[in-house]
Amino acid sequence: MTPHAPARRSPARRGPAASGRASFATRLQPFTATALALVTIGIPLWLVVATAGKSRGEALIPNLTPPTHWHLLENLGEVWREGEVPAAFFGSLLVVVPAVIGVLIFGSMASWILARRATRLNAVLYALAISGVILPPAVVTVVLLLRQLGLAGSAVGMIGVYMGIYMSTVIFFVTGFVRTIPVSLEEAAQIDGAGPVRVFFHVVLPLLRPVLATATILVCLYVWNDVFYAFFVIGGRLDTLPLNLFRVASAGLYLDNWHLIFAYVILMSLPLVVVFAVAQRKIISGITSGAVK
Amino acid sequence: MLTATDTPVPDRPLAPPPAPRGPAGRTRRRPDRTHPMWFMAPALAILLVFFFLPTAFNFVYAFTDWSGFKSAIRPVGFDNFADLASSGTLFSALRITVVYAVLVAVFQNLFGLGLALLLERDTWVNRTLRVFFLIPVLMSALAVGYVFQALLKPEGSLNQLLSQLVRHDVDYAWLGDTRWTIVVVAVVHAWKWMGLSMLIYLAGLKTIPEEIMEASRIDGASRWHAFRRLRFPLLAPAITFNVATALLGSMNGFDIVQATTGGGPARTTEILNIFIYRTFGQGLFAQATTMSLVLFLLVSLMAFPVIRILRKREEIL
Repeated sequence: MTPHAPARRSPARRGPAASGRASFATRLQPFTATALALVTIGIPLWLVVATAGKSRGEALIPNLTPPTHWHLLENLGEVWREGEVPAAFFGSLLVVVPAVIGVLIFGSMASWILARRATRLNAVLYALAISGVILPPAVVTVVLLLRQLGLAGSAVGMIGVYMGIYMSTVIFFVTGFVRTIPVSLEEAAQIDGAGPVRVFFHVVLPLLRPVLATATILVCLYVWNDVFYAFFVIGGRLDTLPLNLFRVASAGLYLDNWHLIFAYVILMSLPLVVVFAVAQRKIISGITSGAVK
Repeated sequence: MLTATDTPVPDRPLAPPPAPRGPAGRTRRRPDRTHPMWFMAPALAILLVFFFLPTAFNFVYAFTDWSGFKSAIRPVGFDNFADLASSGTLFSALRITVVYAVLVAVFQNLFGLGLALLLERDTWVNRTLRVFFLIPVLMSALAVGYVFQALLKPEGSLNQLLSQLVRHDVDYAWLGDTRWTIVVVAVVHAWKWMGLSMLIYLAGLKTIPEEIMEASRIDGASRWHAFRRLRFPLLAPAITFNVATALLGSMNGFDIVQATTGGGPARTTEILNIFIYRTFGQGLFAQATTMSLVLFLLVSLMAFPVIRILRKREEIL
């Protein structure tokens, strides 16, 4: 009935068959799994929230006791001002949005050709194009190159570097997906007289939605949270959320101000967690149900 | 339904494009008009300028005396390598990076596979818990590092919990042990990414037809036997993907180590990227470039055998 129906294998079927032998473990499973999650994920997350809610004195040595008085909003407010969160937030957006959109569009365009034209040249180009999935980027010399291009420390330079780093990932994911789309869909449009640009943007790109959703999440995850490449390319000249977190955490002024560090962690993680919470079911089924035929 | 044929989990990394399919004339008919090569131009240009050119520069500037203290750049041959090798930094950083990567790959896959098996059934409890385990994946690695720095202090929460458990004071410096801290940091790295490994293993588990499991159950196979003989071999593509990405990704790691130990104690957790960051900050650009080249060569040298071995294993099983 629902489009998801075939992807969900009914777990009920397994129940009776396995009963008798595994029923004890099966009945215990929800409790062990929940306990495990509470200990391994719940404790670190609680530490973040509890410490972010404490006063400076109480947070000096972070521990799991709840704050005597909650100062969460005050601390968030202080970090918002002192950590220059609005500037950093827009700096992050300024870099992440163009980089992600660019890498997805250009990557999909290349993937379409790579998947459809199986020539020897394209086999070589494909191998080169996906080599960046594995090979580490040259972080030091990229700074020199950007200086020569006049892009050092600029948002444009940073966007280019991120696109260069994650282009391979997008091409790798999308090329595999394009091969599963029947050519006949494109041919129908071609017979109607559509040129390649029209075919790509009106027929192919909409069909790529599922794989582009997965790629968007992955690339956003890496770029939004990146601090290493940002150090080299824009360190000090443009604020991004991770760069400011690093500054807040390592500056002498903030040393041992765990309540502020963790308040910053909350502010910074919130956008991705919210996006994920909203689209959670789609994202997970995009990654997991994929293999279910 | 197209979503059903979605294969975002690439079970064959680095597979060459397959030979043209379907009737021969179909895709070859006037390909320049239907699939023009210029569509690849923007992507290839970006890759060339921002990925391949800097990589090529690595092979040039690693052999110069480029630094932040003077404007002239002169070639110096293998001096940078010789200096790094004679001071012992080269081999210790290499050893630490490889040890760290192997530890991360082992832990991340053990945790990920364990979670996938634990949360495999599609109940609402399991679906909720899967989301819970994905939160660390969403958090910035830097933030995760700070959380664990706080948690693992000698007077931190982990030791407090352990003290209550064993009923005497524990004040072990988890991040201050020259021998074991690298293991602790690798566990933190694995903790951050185990949710993603779990998802990929879950996808792998779902590819195993229910009938096969049913048949083995009827034949009276034990759970362990069914896992070892049937499911584990069929998980091979997921294992390939997870081991390769964990191994090669953690060799390029930085944030978690920087935020937990900063390379210490006594530089025993100084992986290559920490060294690159530190020397770059000191203006020693040539040394940083040299280590960047070493990292590139290390990953290239390890990538191909790792992927070949794992792929071969897939074929045998």
